[in-house]
Amino acid sequence: MSALSQPRRWEAFAWPCVTAALLLLAWHVLVTLTGTEVFPSPLNVQRGLAQLIERGVLWRYIGDSLRRVGIGYLTAVSVGVPAGLLLGWYPAAAHVVNPVIQMMRPISPIAWIPVAIVLFGVGDVAAMYLIFLGAFFPIVVSTMNGVRNVPSIYRRAGRNFGLSPAALLTRVVLPAALPQMLVGFRLALGIAWLVVVAAEMIAVDSGLGYLVIDARNAGKRYDLVVAAMILIGLTGLALDVGIRRAETLKSIRWGFRHAP
Amino acid sequence: MTNVARTPVSTGPASHAKLTADGISMMFDRDGVSISVLDDISLTVDDGEFVCLLGPSGCGKSTILNVMAGFIAPTRGEVRIDGEAVTGPDPRRIFVFQERGVFPWLTVEGNVGFGLYNLAPAERQRRIAHYIALVGLQGFENAYPRDLSGGMKQRVEVARALAVNPDMLFLDEPFGALDSITRLIMRGELLRIWEAERKTIIFVTHDIDEAVQLADRVIVMSARPARIQRIVDIDIPHPRDISSRKYLGLRDGILEAIGLAHKV
Repeated sequence: MSALSQPRRWEAFAWPCVTAALLLLAWHVLVTLTGTEVFPSPLNVQRGLAQLIERGVLWRYIGDSLRRVGIGYLTAVSVGVPAGLLLGWYPAAAHVVNPVIQMMRPISPIAWIPVAIVLFGVGDVAAMYLIFLGAFFPIVVSTMNGVRNVPSIYRRAGRNFGLSPAALLTRVVLPAALPQMLVGFRLALGIAWLVVVAAEMIAVDSGLGYLVIDARNAGKRYDLVVAAMILIGLTGLALDVGIRRAETLKSIRWGFRHAP
Repeated sequence: MTNVARTPVSTGPASHAKLTADGISMMFDRDGVSISVLDDISLTVDDGEFVCLLGPSGCGKSTILNVMAGFIAPTRGEVRIDGEAVTGPDPRRIFVFQERGVFPWLTVEGNVGFGLYNLAPAERQRRIAHYIALVGLQGFENAYPRDLSGGMKQRVEVARALAVNPDMLFLDEPFGALDSITRLIMRGELLRIWEAERKTIIFVTHDIDEAVQLADRVIVMSARPARIQRIVDIDIPHPRDISSRKYLGLRDGILEAIGLAHKV
């Protein structure tokens, strides 16, 4: 595969598999060579995964984590998009609110954990609230900027055809801003998945984040810790691949320079 | 270009004033200094007339067009269309940008039908099909603009404008971004459509040949602040022989008016 050639279909899958296999091999060799008692080998991890399936918790944990992300994230979308549209549409509102948003945005959702517990107690709602916070700001900011960056030529054309302000928003501004909004949605989903793991370590008793901390606390089961880490990685990858599919929709992909 | 017999252009006794601009002046504030962009422009355009506003880049001719279309209010003066003062954009007169105005999230069909939201679906489809055919884009109904060439996008935009059946078109250097061959073809197409539909057209360009090829009248603008420097009647019937003595004479007259010797 030269630097200029387009990878063939099979190559797109084959080469990452080769990389993964080599890493697993290196991992196995290192564990064997060092004779470590603490760190599990790939085979230990595989057995740990099998145990999780046997105990019937694997799919439940994945499902619980996805459910928390789903609820927190969709709440963030349904509040963040209208807020972003409003702020992008009325520059005066953005003047008033934007500094506060920019100040709140860099605060890690992890820092909100004590506040979340005070507000919602220890449990599901606190975890979802943290996910909401993590996802909300990227969605608001990307929607606001997306609306602001809509070329005035499109708005003028829309007005010229006699559109009401509401129709202008739904038929011109929203579709014109959608590619940039989608970048924010994707970023927000990645953050939501990062946050769910941290939130579950503290606030709940199920899910992949809980599995990491529980396996460590209950008998130093590092095979399960690593198994949970791999599951977190794979699920996160699946979420990202899923949302990237939206970029290939024809009514959106015009906004992505390198889209197929 | 098709070889349809073209009727000679005439501004007969039936013609009446479609648009009157009366003393249009425009000032912009930049860094606390007010800059005069348009200086007392008065102009009458007849119904069904094809008028070119010709001037150097940055002279403010696009600003006049935006004022006439109702996108910006002039500092002084008034534009009237059909006797009504212009206070904002209106679907009865459509502004055609360079091909950048096509909506990239809609197909050709979606773009052409964009302004037809008040029509019944069957009538809407009929209109879309008619105007796609008029600009020669049959077979591209479901294509997205990113898959079209610049000339095709410009056709989409013209079709989108015509589909709402406006009585005026404002064209702002519509062919400026096209290559010279496509530009020539598009001029022919525009004339063919204009002769078929008889819209009043105000066309902004900085290209002298373009103006003399297309217009009934060429309004020659000065550099900023824009004033009307000269109005030239192009009384040559279409199709115009662009190597005829009359054509060349008119073109040279405009070159002289702008103050350019016709030597490079």
